[in-house]
Amino acid sequence: MTEPLAPRTEPPFWVNTGRRRGLAAWMMSTDHKRIGIMYLVALLLFFSVGVFFGFLMRLNLLSPGAFIKAQTYNELFTMHGLIQIFLFIIPGVPVAFGNFFLPILIGAQDVAFPRLNRLSWWLYVTGAVIVLLSLVIEGKPPDTGWTFYAPYSIRTPANLSLAVFGVFVLGFSSILTGLNFVVTIHRLRARGMGWFRMPAFCWTLYATGWVQMLATPVLAITLVFIILSRVFGVGFFDPTRGGDPILFEHLFWAYSHPAVYIMLLPAMGIISEVVPVFSRKSLYGYVPVALSAIGIAVIGYAVWGHHMFTSGMSDTARVIFSFLTFLVAVPSGVKVFNWVSTLYKGSIKLDAPLIFALSFIFLFSIGGMTGLIIGSLAPNLHVHGTYFIVGHFHYVMFGGAGFAILTALHYWFPKMTGRMYNERRAKLGWLFLFVGFQFLYFSMFILGYKGMPRRYFDYPPEFRTLNIVSTVGSWILISGLIIIAANLLRSLRHGPTAPRDPWGGKTLEWRIPSPPAAENFRTPPVITDGPYDYGPE
Amino acid sequence: MDEPETGPGGGGAGPEPIDELGKRTGMWFFLFTELLFFGGMFLLYSIYRYKFAADFHRAAADESLALGSINTGILLTSSLAMALAIAAVRRGEIRRSIRWQRTTIWLGVVFLVIKGLEWGGKIARGIYPNGPTLLTLKNGEIIFFGLYFTMTGLHALHVLIGIAVIAFMVRFTKRGVVGPGRYARLENTGLYWHFVDIVWIYLFPLFYLIT
Repeated sequence: MTEPLAPRTEPPFWVNTGRRRGLAAWMMSTDHKRIGIMYLVALLLFFSVGVFFGFLMRLNLLSPGAFIKAQTYNELFTMHGLIQIFLFIIPGVPVAFGNFFLPILIGAQDVAFPRLNRLSWWLYVTGAVIVLLSLVIEGKPPDTGWTFYAPYSIRTPANLSLAVFGVFVLGFSSILTGLNFVVTIHRLRARGMGWFRMPAFCWTLYATGWVQMLATPVLAITLVFIILSRVFGVGFFDPTRGGDPILFEHLFWAYSHPAVYIMLLPAMGIISEVVPVFSRKSLYGYVPVALSAIGIAVIGYAVWGHHMFTSGMSDTARVIFSFLTFLVAVPSGVKVFNWVSTLYKGSIKLDAPLIFALSFIFLFSIGGMTGLIIGSLAPNLHVHGTYFIVGHFHYVMFGGAGFAILTALHYWFPKMTGRMYNERRAKLGWLFLFVGFQFLYFSMFILGYKGMPRRYFDYPPEFRTLNIVSTVGSWILISGLIIIAANLLRSLRHGPTAPRDPWGGKTLEWRIPSPPAAENFRTPPVITDGPYDYGPE
Repeated sequence: MDEPETGPGGGGAGPEPIDELGKRTGMWFFLFTELLFFGGMFLLYSIYRYKFAADFHRAAADESLALGSINTGILLTSSLAMALAIAAVRRGEIRRSIRWQRTTIWLGVVFLVIKGLEWGGKIARGIYPNGPTLLTLKNGEIIFFGLYFTMTGLHALHVLIGIAVIAFMVRFTKRGVVGPGRYARLENTGLYWHFVDIVWIYLFPLFYLIT
């Protein structure tokens, strides 16, 4: 099953063969691999900007007011959220790794609509530039928090309309990517690649694509409402004109909770790829893992109300939303159990990708479990709007989706670049990152439980110690990120040449050269077996 | 599950045939997203209609039933013209198809002109978001006209985009890019146009017939 499909005879995909050279050859390319690489570079760039803003926020909380003014702090947490959510983690896995690997994994030459894919990329760049413009042009940067809650978002004098429009454009890009992937999976699977022979990563991209298509338009229209309210004075969310600000929250979370699964589902897909390869075993319970992705996507639509338990909602609604929130934990739990069962009695090779993947399982479990605490009605009243929530979603988003991106980065680095990275440095970077992570975010759970509200610039003296712990944690975490980045960047040039299949993977990408040629497959592959064929146990 | 349906482009090398079914699938998915985009507005409408039933009733009296009905007729006819254009291209009657496509465009333009007249009349009387007359009205009426301008405005924007796309289709049909056997683009444009039409079918009663 792991014989090569094609020997290395053609140049790698990054060698220009057309008449275009340099940047134009990339920006005008419809090759899913080039588009994936460009997305990846942009994502990591924006991620570092977001991390830098986060670093400044923690610096302020070390000694409130000493380095940063209160208004600047509001702008910092808004931009930190906007960048990390809309520019980095929502596009995240699908646009970078989905673009590069989805067609290869299902044995196709490209996505279904390559030019639409390029349009998505252009829209992404445009949207990102517009969002960042709101930061630097005249006037104040957005200061509403990334949720744009009305009525403040209608009244703030900051450059909010611009940022909101940027997010609208990003949403358009996201919709088109999701649409493209869903059609690709329906139409372009290679001969013999039945639905239940697709690697689990493709299943999660499929579920994500549907969520992108069916949730993002709701955000889009909500953002249009904000712009219309600010520019024309349409009073949909303005109580003095009969509007209702709570409606904004409903519409916003009706997108933004499913968006959590846009971030997490493909991340789970990556873990489902990496765990079998490094334990030399088939993915335990492949079908439940595949179907749980769909389950999460479906139930994920109906839980948005748990963001609003304290906003004013009927008790019946609150009980139903709380119940559904518990329900969505079931398919997530199925996945965790299946990963652990895959490891059980496997022949485990503790390489960097698996270490990151195991950290994902650990951190995501903490994030998920605390999610149940805040998803129940009584504890929610206590911790709503506190640092407990901040701790929870950083465990899920960074510990989950963020670590999955690092997993994928190390797992697929040899395939994408044709080079191996330094294993020892990768593990060292992981150690700093993982330890710093706990200091930084676990202290937030305690702070929140004790009652420190989120988004506050200052705090009473009893919260001082934990805030210092958290800020020191942020320094350790950033050192880890720098080690990881330096290792990968250095390996781009100096790493040893990667073999075709460095990890012993069985999926299709490991059967074509590292890096792939511009044309993925010389002859269309014919699939005769499941994706994780490690033989009988 | 062993013999999946596979697109004609699936993993094939060399010049690939056009996957017409794939293109249509993509268009239907896009219409789902459009549906949810308008869905947000219809949701707002239902909630505020429930909250301000009497105000909505009173405000809707301001709409001109005659102009609304004429526009409904025009848009429905334009959908027919679009369908005839596709049917013509399928039979290879290129010139007839172009004629029907142009008819669709002109009907769309007439729709926008009438819509513009309606808007102009309201704006002249100070009824527009933040307008002097509007702000003296009751809250429910302010919301009604806010919804009216937002929903018909975004609908008109879709009509405008549709007209531009059909104009491109006329060019494509002339140059033979769209022809018998390869008319997925024109068919998708038709789907989009019918969708815009259907949205109006709902807007018409919600704004003109509830009084």
